[in-house]
Amino acid sequence: MNFKLKIWRQEDPKSKGKFATYEARNISPDTSFLEMLDMVNDELTERGEAPIAFDSDCREGICGTCALTINGQAHGPKHPAAACQLYMRSFDDGKTITVEPFRAKPFPLVRDLVIDRSALDRIVQAGGFIAARAGSAPEANSIPVPKHNADLAMEAAACIGCGACAAACPNASAMLFTAAKVSHLAFLPQGAPERTSRVTKMVRQMDAEGFGNCTNTYECEAVCPAEISASFIAKLNREYARAILQRSVGE
Amino acid sequence: MIGKLDGKIPPGPLEQKWRNHKNNSRLVSPNNRRKFEIIIVGSGLAGGSAAATLGELGYRVKCFCYQDSPRRAHSIAAQGGINAAKNYQNDGDSVFRLFYDTIKGGDFRSREANVYRLAEVSNLIIDQCTEQGVPFAREYGGLLANRSFGGAQVSRTFYARGQTGQQLLLGAYQALCRQIALGTVKMFPQTEMLDLVLVDGHAKGIITRNLCTGEINAFAGDAVVLATGGYGNVFFLSTNARGCNVTATYRAYKRGALFGNPCFTQIHPTCIPVTGQHQSKLTLMSESLRNDGRVWVPQRAEDCSKPPNDIPDADRDYYLERKYPSFGNLAPRDIASRAAKEVCDEGRGVGPSGRGVYLDFADAISRLGEDTIRERYGNLFDIYQKISAEDAYKMPMRIYPAVHYTMGGLWVDYNLMSNIPGLHVIGEANFSDHGANRLGASALMQGLADGYFVLPYTLPNYLAGQIGKRPSTDHAEFKRVESEVRERVKKLLEVNGDRTLTLFHRELGLLLWDKCGMTRNAAGLREALGKIPELRDEFWKKVRVPGEGESYNQSLERAGRIADFLEFAELLCIDALERDESCGGHFREEHQTPDGEAQRDDENFAAVFGWEFQGNGKVERPKLHREPLHFEAVHLSQRSYK
Repeated sequence: MNFKLKIWRQEDPKSKGKFATYEARNISPDTSFLEMLDMVNDELTERGEAPIAFDSDCREGICGTCALTINGQAHGPKHPAAACQLYMRSFDDGKTITVEPFRAKPFPLVRDLVIDRSALDRIVQAGGFIAARAGSAPEANSIPVPKHNADLAMEAAACIGCGACAAACPNASAMLFTAAKVSHLAFLPQGAPERTSRVTKMVRQMDAEGFGNCTNTYECEAVCPAEISASFIAKLNREYARAILQRSVGE
Repeated sequence: MIGKLDGKIPPGPLEQKWRNHKNNSRLVSPNNRRKFEIIIVGSGLAGGSAAATLGELGYRVKCFCYQDSPRRAHSIAAQGGINAAKNYQNDGDSVFRLFYDTIKGGDFRSREANVYRLAEVSNLIIDQCTEQGVPFAREYGGLLANRSFGGAQVSRTFYARGQTGQQLLLGAYQALCRQIALGTVKMFPQTEMLDLVLVDGHAKGIITRNLCTGEINAFAGDAVVLATGGYGNVFFLSTNARGCNVTATYRAYKRGALFGNPCFTQIHPTCIPVTGQHQSKLTLMSESLRNDGRVWVPQRAEDCSKPPNDIPDADRDYYLERKYPSFGNLAPRDIASRAAKEVCDEGRGVGPSGRGVYLDFADAISRLGEDTIRERYGNLFDIYQKISAEDAYKMPMRIYPAVHYTMGGLWVDYNLMSNIPGLHVIGEANFSDHGANRLGASALMQGLADGYFVLPYTLPNYLAGQIGKRPSTDHAEFKRVESEVRERVKKLLEVNGDRTLTLFHRELGLLLWDKCGMTRNAAGLREALGKIPELRDEFWKKVRVPGEGESYNQSLERAGRIADFLEFAELLCIDALERDESCGGHFREEHQTPDGEAQRDDENFAAVFGWEFQGNGKVERPKLHREPLHFEAVHLSQRSYK
């Protein structure tokens, strides 16, 4: 297979970026999208040109490192899947493919297709945890958790932290990401003591990072490689309202 | 000079060693803890849990990782589960049984005391992770669920769907995030350790490169902890993440740390086969598939290109069932891997490359129905479909073994300290607990045991004598090592040849896979030992590393890692040649039982091999130190699966 690639090139955060055009030739349909970029990069290197910077690590859809917008869609046309799980057989031979980084103001660009997603780490740092000191945990089966709640917690916890939700959202909202963590911990009894402070701190940090708010366009859910349901955003809103109400009566 | 290797195993009966050791260990008072700076390299299960725990205790921690967030460390990709001796199923499990299964699974090449401790703290890990909010699978009554796993006759594996590693790592990551917010841990993502700094023989700092800016920096600490994972990527294709590398541990080795048992590598039997030259990594398919799938290849080589469903049963060779009638398709990992290689070597492999065997669900589907199979393995069939574009409900899967874990690593004593005072090594990066073969669901257990419950107790044994001894990065030794690192980066960029990094890495990987993979023999290892230095010389003459050192440069990152793999590969083969016996994943063709199983030589090789780097900058034959293994609680036996 042969493809024409329009790829975003930008040397560093300060310089002005632009699309550059490359050819990808003799690509087997079993090649993954990132392996196709590897091959283009090897050719660029041989020609003495700068290879395209793009991030990836596990290449099996779980680490959340890859962050490409392909033909206008976060992680490309096959859902649910991360960009690293996309294979060239999903594209028509001879077509032009456009590749950009995830774009959202809180994700500053590092180089070419690489972005800085430390804003997501800071949201978790604000409260996305249960304070449990090693050594003081009670016996694991001493607090039974209904299976239904444990399953819901797992569904929310499956988030891979890639940031596609914010990249796909017209408001650059990270509410699906935040909702997933708030919901995961709110469904479990172990998360109860910090339930109120957790949601208020995480939402405050999300706003401070410059992420927008949810206007129910559901783009986030559509591109999420971990199939996190947008209904968790409703859960986040309920958790937030509950926290605010509790606070207003001084509980 | 390194004297006799001393594992510092505490005296006393096996089941009291850890308790006694904790009672006799030194302590650092809360007021003094904040005076110590601990450098931790790696943020996976071991590094992340250690950083969070030490930060919580009041030490000042600096944690480094090459990924853009500590949450992305490769522990995240572990699927199956984590073992613990809780005995929640009332099926006769105990600390002793978990210990025994682990040491036997490792083919009696690990330390009794370390493995027993691991089994002992396993229960605390489950308590800790549950309290952190890890959403383990539960039963309808609300209690924790278990499943069974290879190498055990009890159900002791805790799991969170097929994403146990992810959930345990997120637990550690969240604990780490809390400490980062509290200011006890300072996190340095996208920062790679390029060398270790020794001052007066003690590990007191590291030299790093900021992967975004290219800046080279020195960091001083009172102790250095390496939690940098395994070296499976020396084989080029493995199930490891792209960035996994040997650099941190190899650099420490070149500064004098002993490398333990580097030839102990684990090859997993059920991975999706290589499809072509373009491939950058391999993907594991959970071993649980072998519960219902039947493994076969055609009887005759000429049938290999036929569609599998056109080959009648009589023309198929269900070779695992034929060779191991009692275990059949559930033969252990190393044995199933070698059997697959054997039939492919005979020319009976399937798929475009000829390196694949069928894993067939047709019988299970006709017996149980497609819905039952979908319920049990649906997500795995989906992964397979994504990668291969084939429907495994309609035609058999194709699988082949692939490298996925390394039991070898830096040598450590019972305190998890290497022979360099101050240098501690935890998780997959050390050699300590899995012997010559790791059992499923034990890697997660070891990473978290080391980070949450072992290192926090043993680190003070070193630190207590070190108050006020942290050097400044102005020390001459820091300057010297930093300039060596700068020189090396410059050298990589200056080669400016015409061959890509991929070519060198692939060539090295193929050579190792061929000569030091599933089976090894002396002639092949000698051949590899001849070729590796040639390839390395060629690399330093012909490689092209584009770009500059002072900017974001992924080629330069890779170049440094491949350069170290090119040296490390030699050590791996030297160890494989020196260990003139078969054990676990190390199968020397010269040493097999009449039925083709691994033949251990306990008289001569019941020992850890610790290799000491020799020569200044020039790679010469390393010096071997042996730590004899003593077995008091277990009886050494021959594994049989017939």
